[in-house]
Amino acid sequence: MKIYLKIWRQKNKDTKGQLEDHTLDNVSAEMSFLEMLDMLNLKLAKSGERPVEFDHDCREGICGQCGVMINGIAHGPLKNTTTCQLHMRSFKDGDTIYIEPFKAKAFPVIRDLKVDRTGFDDIIAAGGYVSVNTGQAPEANSIPVTHNEAEAAFDSAACIGCGACVATCKNASAALFTSAKISQFTHLPQGKKESAKRTVDMVNRMEELDFGHCTNTEACQIECPQDISVLNIAKMNFEYNKAKLKK
Amino acid sequence: MALTGLFLCFFLIIHLLGNLQLLLPKEEAQLQYNLYSHFLSGNILIKIVSYVLYASILLHTIDAIYLSTKAKKASGETYVKDKRNRASKWYSRQMMLLGTIVFAFLVIHFKDFWYPYKFGSIETDINGNKDLYSLVVVSFQELWYVILYAVAILALGFHLLHGFFSAFRSVGLYHPYYTKIVKTIGIGFAVLMTFGYLIIPFYIFLKL
Ligand code: HEM
Ligand code: FES
Repeated sequence: MKIYLKIWRQKNKDTKGQLEDHTLDNVSAEMSFLEMLDMLNLKLAKSGERPVEFDHDCREGICGQCGVMINGIAHGPLKNTTTCQLHMRSFKDGDTIYIEPFKAKAFPVIRDLKVDRTGFDDIIAAGGYVSVNTGQAPEANSIPVTHNEAEAAFDSAACIGCGACVATCKNASAALFTSAKISQFTHLPQGKKESAKRTVDMVNRMEELDFGHCTNTEACQIECPQDISVLNIAKMNFEYNKAKLKK
Repeated sequence: MALTGLFLCFFLIIHLLGNLQLLLPKEEAQLQYNLYSHFLSGNILIKIVSYVLYASILLHTIDAIYLSTKAKKASGETYVKDKRNRASKWYSRQMMLLGTIVFAFLVIHFKDFWYPYKFGSIETDINGNKDLYSLVVVSFQELWYVILYAVAILALGFHLLHGFFSAFRSVGLYHPYYTKIVKTIGIGFAVLMTFGYLIIPFYIFLKL
């Protein structure tokens, strides 16, 4: 099929970017979205132009590197799907596709579709860990964890940190990401111990960075490739308020 | 935000219950409503609550402006193609706009009823109580005034439709079952308040 692209080109974070038109013939429906971009880049490279830079790593939906805005929606039209898992069969012959980077003050564009998500790392560094060495994987039944708690922790831990929540949120809030990273520990005995300090530290770090404040529009969960629940945010608010009241 | 919002919600209930007295038959309503208003303005407990109310409106508004400016700053550059709206309700995104309409309304509302009652000179009824009843009834004879009220109350209704459940989330209600219940109660609350407050101006305009 023939695909018309309007793709964001930007030299670096200090220059202004704009959309650039490209046309691709013979795009196959079986191609993944990133393979379609590979095809474009091959074409650009052959004609001596600078290829479009975009982030990607696993290409199997687990690393969270590949997020871009596709036709105005984070990771494109399919629900609960990363950009790399989106395929060209989701588009029709003759379609025009707008591709833009995630835009938020906290995610400055490095080049083209590539953004700097260091803000997420900063939030993790503020408390997204357990500060004792837990050693080797322990015998599975030595620390009792109920099935439901284990599942809940795992649901939160499924966050791949792609940044779609921030890109989608009208406030550019990182509440879904931060809350998922807090909740995954809070559900488990190893993480519970430091829960109050971790929550306060991570929330405070998030507030200091260039993210906005959550107002519960719930758009983040809808566009999250992992369908991380907004109730993580409520739980984070609960832990935060509890910690503040206790002080 | 959540605490001031919830206090304002609580106030809305009391305020509505008080003002539903306006719907009684004219003779009864006039004396009873004026007596009620007189009682409120004299009561020390009500006085304290009213100061909490003024403070809540102010703090809520200041917080609203803070959140909106922060959101604006954090959002960075706009998207050329933006279809993010599919993921959320319009009124959840327009809380500032809805709130601003409510705020503008409050200014008018205070100027028209609160200020004259507290500081102006208005007529008294046969019991010697200030005749707020007639002031209200006369105001609602004007169609444009009724429409103004309707617009503001609809804005408030949508504000509550998002605000009520959102406040509980902000406080930290995360249990999947109870959050669902609160969401349903919030819808009921918003609808009840909207219709409750709409009835009064329309009833007076059409009937009195
Ligand atoms: C009777 C008047 C009002 C009531 C009952 C009310 C109620 C609420 C409630 C319950 C919330 C949710 C709080 C939260 O999520 O933590 C809220 C949020 C909000 N309100 Fe109001 N409000 C009123 C007036 C106003 C006014 C006058 C403004 C602005 C000038 C305003 C602007 C906002 C904004 C921007 C939010 C944030 C959105 C959010 O957090 O969901 N409100 N309001
Ligand atoms: S490239 Fe790893 S999730 Fe898409």
